[in-house]
Amino acid sequence: MEPTLHGAHGAHVHEAHEVHHEEPGFWRKYIFSTDHKIIGIQYGLTGLAFLLFGFGLMMIMRWQLAYPGEPIPVIGKLLHAILGDEALGLHPKGGYFMNADLYNAFGAMHGTIMVFLAIVPLAFAAFGNFVVPLQIGAPDMAYPRVNMASYQAYFLGGVIMLASFFVPGGAAKSGWTSYSPIATLADMRNLFDGQTFWIIGMVFLITSSLLGAVNFIGTIIQLRAPGMTWMRLPFFVWAEFVTAFLLLLAFPPLEAAAVMQLMDNLAGTSFFLPTGLVVSGTPSTVSGGGSPLLWQHLFWFLGHPEVYVLILPAMGIVTEIIANNTRKPIWGYKSMVYSILAIGFLSFIVWAHHMYLTGMGTKISTFFQTTTMIISIPSVIILTCLFISLWGGSIRFNTPMLFALAFLPMFGIGGLTGLPLGFNFADLHLHDTYYVIAHFHYVVAPGTIFALFAGVYFWFPKITGRMMNEFWGKVHFVGSLIFMNAVFQPMFAQGFAGLNRRMYDGGATYAGADGVVGIPQSFINMNQGISHAAWALGLVQIPFIVNFFWSIWKGKKVTSDNPWEATTIEWQAPTPPPHGNFAKPIEAHRGPYEYSVPGHAKDFTPQTQP
Amino acid sequence: MEIPYAVQARPDTGLFNAKVGIWLFLASEVMLFGALFSSYILLRVGADPGSWPHGLLNIPIGTFNTAVLITSSVTVVLSWASLKVGNFARYRKLQFVTILCAVGFLGIKSFEYREKFAHYEVWQTDGTRRIGHIDYNGRSPLFWKTETLRQMKLDSIKFKSDPYHYTMSTRDMAAGKKAAAGKEHPMEEIKTADIKRLSAFVPAHGTYFAIYFTLTALHALHVLAGAIVIAYIWGPGAKLWKRNPEQYINRVEVSGLFWHFVDLVWIFLFPVLYLL
Repeated sequence: MEPTLHGAHGAHVHEAHEVHHEEPGFWRKYIFSTDHKIIGIQYGLTGLAFLLFGFGLMMIMRWQLAYPGEPIPVIGKLLHAILGDEALGLHPKGGYFMNADLYNAFGAMHGTIMVFLAIVPLAFAAFGNFVVPLQIGAPDMAYPRVNMASYQAYFLGGVIMLASFFVPGGAAKSGWTSYSPIATLADMRNLFDGQTFWIIGMVFLITSSLLGAVNFIGTIIQLRAPGMTWMRLPFFVWAEFVTAFLLLLAFPPLEAAAVMQLMDNLAGTSFFLPTGLVVSGTPSTVSGGGSPLLWQHLFWFLGHPEVYVLILPAMGIVTEIIANNTRKPIWGYKSMVYSILAIGFLSFIVWAHHMYLTGMGTKISTFFQTTTMIISIPSVIILTCLFISLWGGSIRFNTPMLFALAFLPMFGIGGLTGLPLGFNFADLHLHDTYYVIAHFHYVVAPGTIFALFAGVYFWFPKITGRMMNEFWGKVHFVGSLIFMNAVFQPMFAQGFAGLNRRMYDGGATYAGADGVVGIPQSFINMNQGISHAAWALGLVQIPFIVNFFWSIWKGKKVTSDNPWEATTIEWQAPTPPPHGNFAKPIEAHRGPYEYSVPGHAKDFTPQTQP
Repeated sequence: MEIPYAVQARPDTGLFNAKVGIWLFLASEVMLFGALFSSYILLRVGADPGSWPHGLLNIPIGTFNTAVLITSSVTVVLSWASLKVGNFARYRKLQFVTILCAVGFLGIKSFEYREKFAHYEVWQTDGTRRIGHIDYNGRSPLFWKTETLRQMKLDSIKFKSDPYHYTMSTRDMAAGKKAAAGKEHPMEEIKTADIKRLSAFVPAHGTYFAIYFTLTALHALHVLAGAIVIAYIWGPGAKLWKRNPEQYINRVEVSGLFWHFVDLVWIFLFPVLYLL
């Protein structure tokens, strides 16, 4: 009996509720919020803070690479006060220099923070949370409380990672990949070492992304507005949908691996410790019988889909902005959708191309080399569609569009330089060198991060009701573009010359070697130029940070809900959207990118227009 | 504001939101246990000869525990069916059996764990390996390892050897067990100086027990979590039945789906760990 009443009653109760609507208090509204937009903003601000922090670690490391063993200027004393004698040594000339362990810890934490605490939360969770329900015409995410739990787990994971800097022995120092047995043996003195913190932090982050992934898929399947069919979904929604599947299915194996590594650290097991292990000249007392390769397989089973987790939402953001600012439909929308689905599937069977150097066997290498070449095809299709979309458009060069346009060649460089790494014979030479650093940073830094900046500038007016300053936005763009390239372009050269990417002294070790074995000094000297470019890159972020906060309170107010004259549904919501999102019922009547349709009065036709 | 399809099914998908969610969650769980099962295979295939134990787990107890879980799977689905026809009292009874089964399973599992913690292997310096129990002043101590002997300054231990070792073939092990059935195992004195390594059957013993404890403990955590959720819906959460029966049935269904998954994992765990 109840169920039949529910429909009729439901509407009635709903209206009554609206009348007596109580404004929730500060804590419910901003801290323990279940509103997808607030959670998106929480993710965004936390993610941006971690992005800056992770970049800060690298700026300190770049000092050590450019001027090995020299005292760290400006913040050396502060670092010593925080991290103590174990991490920084006293230089005879005064000041403090970085110890090798601290360098390794910063390196490991730079990677971990950038990937798991900055880019994924920003690209997937922050933009996804804010934009996806609005774009599909939903009042909220399908599981609002799960959504809140997802952010809280992420936040706790972040706190644990930060806390690990202060445990005896310092933070995890075995790379963001935490290869065993190094990860288990790096800090034998302490039971609860940085690596243990890293693992526990990762379990929280994995939980967070699991909850988020379930929520996104559930929302996109269940809460699309009437008329919002699959082929009418904006490409960004498709990107989030595929990304969510990658997170859902690729993260659990890393969780299993993390549990096993935790057992190795705490319970004395040998999951990843081989028989006959000798540590510092002493035979290890563990039982042995484990497999270091097993960790690598499980790690990269996550690690490679993770690369696509980093890049697919960025492609989605860029697609939205390019369609909007070329004022014409995306060329090949359907082939882009099929390509992104193909990427999602293929990304699960390419992981071992990270492991050619392990000697796992040429037959396995050949298999993964083949799948790796195949996955480049759908990626190229997407990029080509975006390039062709520019053709014949009357392009508006505003700040979000500049970042989106720069994404295309930057990601192009990142992607194309990946091909030599996909071939195992070329990879053997390049794998342990700076070439790899340059390659994936081109994908993620001027690639994904540019897309994130584009997204911030693009959706800022919807989130706050105010525009960001265009002039300082362009200053931010030009500076970032120049210095990003100045940082990463020379690394290709260093890599071709064979400069190893894990050296604490930036290659000074090679100085005594002869010309055949060693590296020409000119390539090592590039470190200084790269470091200066990295610090300059830090400086040109200041206009962004100031612009960001200034515009929240003082930016130019928007005069309409749709300041960019866009077609997708988020721009039909009030600005900023209230709890529940839309003032009127939403129905989709057309595809996502109906710009410049002949015969229409305006050059954009919103999806909701009948 | 109300989330659409939180209770009623969406017409084109035929599902309410939570059902989509639980299926996605289970897909992720499949990958979690799948990774551990894959690790089991890789570790076993790569094990050094004579280092992969077999025949050390108690098959009758494991079989009984399997039956306990299968029973709970039946009661969980029957209780949901009872709710569907509006019989709340019958649901209460059947789901009570489910919770009992869950608690029983965990109790039996912890008994099995304790048995392993008191069961030892000794690697002697002359290459002899034996398994059995330590007798320390008439008690059977837990969790001893090589360092324990040094810390306690013991010159020797009294060791009741089992009449078999897992390096034997399955048939020889069975014959050894049969021959010694009903008889007290002989007690021997082993000098600490002759002991290269001593380990109880704990995760650190070797990769077999490492993966055994990891898999079964992770599974036990799932049983515990499932039992807590089912007990909550059964007890304090039952007020919802009066207010919104349809949503209540949905909750029972979703928790039941999770419970079936937990059972299914055990159906794989039992043969892999006990029988193979």
